[in-house]
Amino acid sequence: MADFGYKIQEDRQINYDSNDRTLFYFLKRVEPSISLCIGCGTCSATCTVGQFTQFDLHKIMLYVRRGEKVHIANEIKKCMLCGKCSLVCPKGINTRNIIFQTRKFLHSNK
Amino acid sequence: MSKSVIVIGGGIAGMEASAYLSAMGFNVTLFEKDEKLGGHLLNWERLFPTKRLGSEVLTFLKKGMDDKIKVHTNTNITKINSENGKYFVTNHNNEIFEADALLITTGYDLFDARRKEEYGYGIYDNVITSAELETMFLSGKPIVNKQGKVPKRIGFVHCVGSRDRKVGNVYCSKVCCVTAVKQATEIREHLPDCETYCFYMDLRMYGAKFEELYNEAQEKYGVTFIRGRLSEANETIDGSLLVKVEDTLVGRPLKMTVDLLVLMVGFEPSKGTKDIARILNLSTNSNGFIEVVDEHTLTNVTNQKGVFVAGTTTSPRTITNTIYDARAAAAEIACYLNLYTIESRVKN
Ligand SMILES: Cc1cc2nc3c(=O)[nH]c(=O)nc-3n(C[C@H](O)[C@H](O)[C@H](O)COP(=O)(O)OP(=O)(O)OC[C@H]3O[C@@H](n4cnc5c(N)ncnc54)[C@H](O)[C@@H]3O)c2cc1C
Ligand code: SF4
Ligand code: SF4
Ligand code: SF4
Repeated sequence: MADFGYKIQEDRQINYDSNDRTLFYFLKRVEPSISLCIGCGTCSATCTVGQFTQFDLHKIMLYVRRGEKVHIANEIKKCMLCGKCSLVCPKGINTRNIIFQTRKFLHSNK
Repeated sequence: MSKSVIVIGGGIAGMEASAYLSAMGFNVTLFEKDEKLGGHLLNWERLFPTKRLGSEVLTFLKKGMDDKIKVHTNTNITKINSENGKYFVTNHNNEIFEADALLITTGYDLFDARRKEEYGYGIYDNVITSAELETMFLSGKPIVNKQGKVPKRIGFVHCVGSRDRKVGNVYCSKVCCVTAVKQATEIREHLPDCETYCFYMDLRMYGAKFEELYNEAQEKYGVTFIRGRLSEANETIDGSLLVKVEDTLVGRPLKMTVDLLVLMVGFEPSKGTKDIARILNLSTNSNGFIEVVDEHTLTNVTNQKGVFVAGTTTSPRTITNTIYDARAAAAEIACYLNLYTIESRVKN
């Protein structure tokens, strides 16, 4: 069949009626400070990994909140757990522990 | 004989200024168009930032109103004349009252949410205003939507009728961000299983204890904040609403259904404020509120000698700032009547 170049576009909308926020609720339980994030981006700006790759910590946390788990497992591996992000966060969020707990969650829910 | 002041508008600003002026020995007459004194405060159950009862503040204001103050409720002003530094105010019964100074405290009106058609207020059952949610809280009845269902998810839309050039209001109404945060936490207290979402452009948490309330909303009450201005709300078959917004922090569009949508309506100069400004030829600023002669130094002074302003008549503000402003206006008027005018400090 001739290829006319048409394809079905994926829906880009975040759908709050169907998304899966279990990871967020898990993190909220084990590291309640995650709720305080204001998306200021200081953590991402200090992160050495973010300087050289697409890795972006505050976006990852936001995706977790919105129930968008795709790509997270792959992304979060890049973190070196150096803890610089926790040092600079104005809200005192234990970002390092959030990454740590996310890895644990993803590992046990494989 | 001691000098006399007429105060027009018996909300917070009018009551507190009357109390101070009377305590300083002036003859005070207060006109209020409604049946009761108190203005908008009569409609709010609990106040940000502390969640104390609005009725407690009203009791405080009432205690300030001593017997010497002549209060005229259900009164409309039809005419104001001035002659030789005196003002003559005519009411709807053609009675004339005389005063040496006037204080205008006619306050604000709420933005009419029907003007933002895309949110469906007045069209869809379950789109309500922040003021209507206060009425629900005040009634003490269970929180349910129009279909009698206990809401599982409620959305709060910030900046409805404010910061919006299209409706002609470029200014920020200052109290609606913190009111949304307060109301979202109250919903969580009433209905612990109900999710709450605030859709905001910026969160303006400038006042004492506001940021703390916001932190508490996030950490203790689990309110979710989504940065983005709602583009539209559509009613679904069961009366809930499908809302669409760009989640600007994620950079993707987002949709969700909510059982109740609360519009955080902004302030506009009240009809009374506009009427009195016209009658007295008072300058108004680009937002339609009464203009003060100098934003920093002559904050209660208008372009007409002997006419002063206080409270939300000049711009949106909190109760705390309204009370400050009313007391400042009383001091200003006392100076004027004792022949010390602050203008002498700025004019050489
Ligand atoms: C939903 C909502 C919740 C709020 N919650 C809080 C809160 O929790 N804490 C807080 O600090 N602030 C709150 N505010 C702000 C608060 O309502 C105002 O700061 C306060 O009401 C301002 O008082 P005012 O006296 O300036 O004006 P108003 O309350 O508007 O009073 C004006 C008075 O003048 C009368 N009047 C008008 N025209 C005439 C006329 N021509 N002749 C005679 N009388 C006239 C009116 O009837 C009224 O009684 C809230 C606002 C909104 C919209
Ligand atoms: S620095 Fe803290 S508040 Fe800012 S985005 Fe990162 S985690 Fe969130
Ligand atoms: S702990 Fe991970 S995310 Fe945080 S700064 Fe270090 S590498 Fe970046
Ligand atoms: S206080 Fe907040 S909701 Fe109200 S107009 Fe200002 S930014 Fe918008």
